[in-house]
Amino acid sequence: MKKEHIFDLDFTDIMDPKFDRRDFIRAAGGGIFIFMLLGHLPLEAQQESTARPQLPTDFNAFLRIGEDGRVSLFTGKIEMGQGVITSLAQMLADELDVELTTIDMVMGDTDLCPWDMGTFGSMSTRFFGPPLREAGAEGRHVLIQLAAEYLNVPAGELITVDGVVYNNHNKNQKVTYAQLAKGKAIGRHATGKVPVKTPDQFKVMGKSYNHQDAFVKVTGKAHYAGDIRLPGMLYAAVLRPPSHAANRTSLDLSEARKVNGAVVIHDNDLVAVLHELPDVAEETLTKIKATYDIPESDLNEKTIFDHLLRVAPAGEQIAKNGSQTVGTRLSATVVEKTYLDGYVAHAPIEPHTAVAHVEGDKATVWPSSQTPFRAKDEVAEALGLKAKNVRIISPFVGGGFGGKSRNLQVVEAARLSKLSGKPVMVAWTRGDEFFKDSFRPAAVVKIRSGIDKTGHLMLWNYDVYFAGQRGATHFYSIPNSLTVSRYPRWGEKSPHPFAVGAWRAPGNNTNTFARESHIDIMAAAAGIDPVEFRLQNLTDPKMTGVLKAAAKKFGWTPAKGPSGRGYGVALGIDAGTYVASMAEVEVDTKTGKIRVKRVLAAQDMGLAVNPEGSAIQMEGCITMGLGYALAEELHFKGGAVQDLNFDSYDIPRFSWLPEIETVIIDAKNDPPQGGGEPAIVTMGAVIANAVFDAVGARVLQMPLTPERVLEAMKEKG
Amino acid sequence: MPDKRRNYYLSAHTEINPRIMNETIQFNLNGESVRVTTDSDRLLLWVLRTDLGLTGTKYGCGEGICGACTVLINDEAVRSCITSLKEVENKKVVTIEGLAHNDKPNVLQQAFMDHDALQCGYCTPGMIMNATALLKHNPHPTREQIIAGMNDNLCRCGAHKRIMEAVETAAKETGGQ
Repeated sequence: MKKEHIFDLDFTDIMDPKFDRRDFIRAAGGGIFIFMLLGHLPLEAQQESTARPQLPTDFNAFLRIGEDGRVSLFTGKIEMGQGVITSLAQMLADELDVELTTIDMVMGDTDLCPWDMGTFGSMSTRFFGPPLREAGAEGRHVLIQLAAEYLNVPAGELITVDGVVYNNHNKNQKVTYAQLAKGKAIGRHATGKVPVKTPDQFKVMGKSYNHQDAFVKVTGKAHYAGDIRLPGMLYAAVLRPPSHAANRTSLDLSEARKVNGAVVIHDNDLVAVLHELPDVAEETLTKIKATYDIPESDLNEKTIFDHLLRVAPAGEQIAKNGSQTVGTRLSATVVEKTYLDGYVAHAPIEPHTAVAHVEGDKATVWPSSQTPFRAKDEVAEALGLKAKNVRIISPFVGGGFGGKSRNLQVVEAARLSKLSGKPVMVAWTRGDEFFKDSFRPAAVVKIRSGIDKTGHLMLWNYDVYFAGQRGATHFYSIPNSLTVSRYPRWGEKSPHPFAVGAWRAPGNNTNTFARESHIDIMAAAAGIDPVEFRLQNLTDPKMTGVLKAAAKKFGWTPAKGPSGRGYGVALGIDAGTYVASMAEVEVDTKTGKIRVKRVLAAQDMGLAVNPEGSAIQMEGCITMGLGYALAEELHFKGGAVQDLNFDSYDIPRFSWLPEIETVIIDAKNDPPQGGGEPAIVTMGAVIANAVFDAVGARVLQMPLTPERVLEAMKEKG
Repeated sequence: MPDKRRNYYLSAHTEINPRIMNETIQFNLNGESVRVTTDSDRLLLWVLRTDLGLTGTKYGCGEGICGACTVLINDEAVRSCITSLKEVENKKVVTIEGLAHNDKPNVLQQAFMDHDALQCGYCTPGMIMNATALLKHNPHPTREQIIAGMNDNLCRCGAHKRIMEAVETAAKETGGQ
């Protein structure tokens, strides 16, 4: 994958989208094609493809071995920093026996790539990896068959090395993949019958490679949506109401209309200024006078939790074993606590951006989106176009974290392009981003649990309000356990004053904070070291394994909490990956300020395709997780978001940085699991537990602000 | 009352002039002399990205908080989103595009690549420009000095650890030169 191949987007050659294999072959040029289908589609994708019969059900990615010997992988996934541009290429290179540098990734182009549900949930490697490897193996098999004919040597005597097929007994007899692909237009389906490589045969997988997109990113050459330039393009500034609950009562566009070169658009809810200079568009927007009616609201970051409890729907039982009555009877000590978690913003450094070019009945859009195929449908619907006439081309995405699964800016740009007849860029300002983004939902978790006299968990009652189910169930061995989740059903009214959505490991950050804080409380109640306590209540060998690995590397020695050392531990499972985190903190007892000195995360993620890439994701999780654990909390009054920039919404900085260590369990015989999210889920609890260990105070609400630490210390007395 | 969501231009415009006053501003950009004729109150970020087509310098917050738009002006790291064009008149401006020679990354860029000191890459140009100025002024910074010098550049992916390591490596290799 040479640098120049990574951002090789063609902005002018727009084809009709097709879902037929022959059309993909034609569109992509000649060569040998292998089509593949995700082995075990997550439920959402299964439902989506059944609901929409035009979607390809037989393949959703394919690879091409081109006549020049280069290998292209066409996938609807996008690259937003998680590193799949490298790890997917590694898997393919290994199975095909080509050098990593001969692979070109064609990502997120809805005309060139078959349908994909989106890039989220740490699923790219987990669900895409196995079929991708099978397709690579199949491709290599096809090449060997072709070479057998070409060289007139039995297939069994041929070997493949770096894109060349050799006669194993006579290395002079050889043919390159490029020669074999020449003049061919062969399409094959991955059958899954050709065996993939075993870990001892790996040459590329399991080894660390630098990010393949690093060069373009350090030289300013990488193009994000905001860097797309089209002839005649106008920049939009979109009018925003002061609150999500506001109703506009008047609108005066006259002053804005006087500005030279400004195009003022008013289309129902959409009011915007377009100009060939983005700053002039923004400036002109301030000349629009609008008044609003804003209903009174008592909701804010303090009152939201009572509100959530009040409006909560009936719970859905998501796990149950044993009997709550028996559990209560068997418990010598029962502890009941309520945990709170506020709204958190995604706050990617690149705000939502899109360039749209609508020409007649066709539209092309370059968005910052985690869901290009969803964006395609949304544009088609908003403009009344046929979906096949809409093409989404994905540039690099400057951070998503779940927030860019929602494509409001794409629809804004498409509508404005249609209304103005010009290509239009909508690039949200930072204030737009804080206002229009979806947030990690505020949530409440109530836990009641009991231990017997030997410190064994006998009872677990878990009731989660609005965080969602991910991470709500536990992995401890508890004979009497009930887990209930309360979440609005589809179509039910949202209890939130603005949009909420998936935020890196959705639900699991809140759930793991509550569960692992509570487990720590039970350990202290039992008078047992929190690591020992966890080990004696765990039977899952994978979890025991990561916990022991973490304790060993961290240098954890058993001590009953609070030990005064400021050590914390927390466990979690996310996206199939098991995580054990440990932290050391220092608490300023006068100010309540927490200094996180050290964080270690150990994880069992099956095969780590790119171990360095996995470590980078873990470090990112730890660093980003410091934010929601220590400081991030959205302030609002009803639907009026009050944090509109990084001055009042503080995200992690260099000065927050603890010493970070990562451990990846060697499990290369197990299928790869998620890597982009797991190590963030434990961050709230590991710090809360370390704070307890340091000063004996238990903070039950995230983020752990100095005020909350001081308050908890006061309560402790 | 100005809408706080939209105030990124206000530092340059306390009052909006309906007639754009065009002026020609000359400055040195990445080693070459350029002349831009436009309203000289406009912000450097947009002039770079739009008028001059250099899109490596990024918009992140519009208020000089996040550092994604950092460029060098006479060797000082400056936030181009709160700097007007007229402020760079006859000065030397360097953007991320001005660091590599013949597509060969410079020492600091190479260190970012070698340490994988980036994820989504959006804050990277600002990080590199800020670190460039840091090393120019202090070729042998301590870890604490790097933290203090980089602290106002924000990264959301959490690449901080490796950015620190990259800056340390570059400092060792070149002494900041």
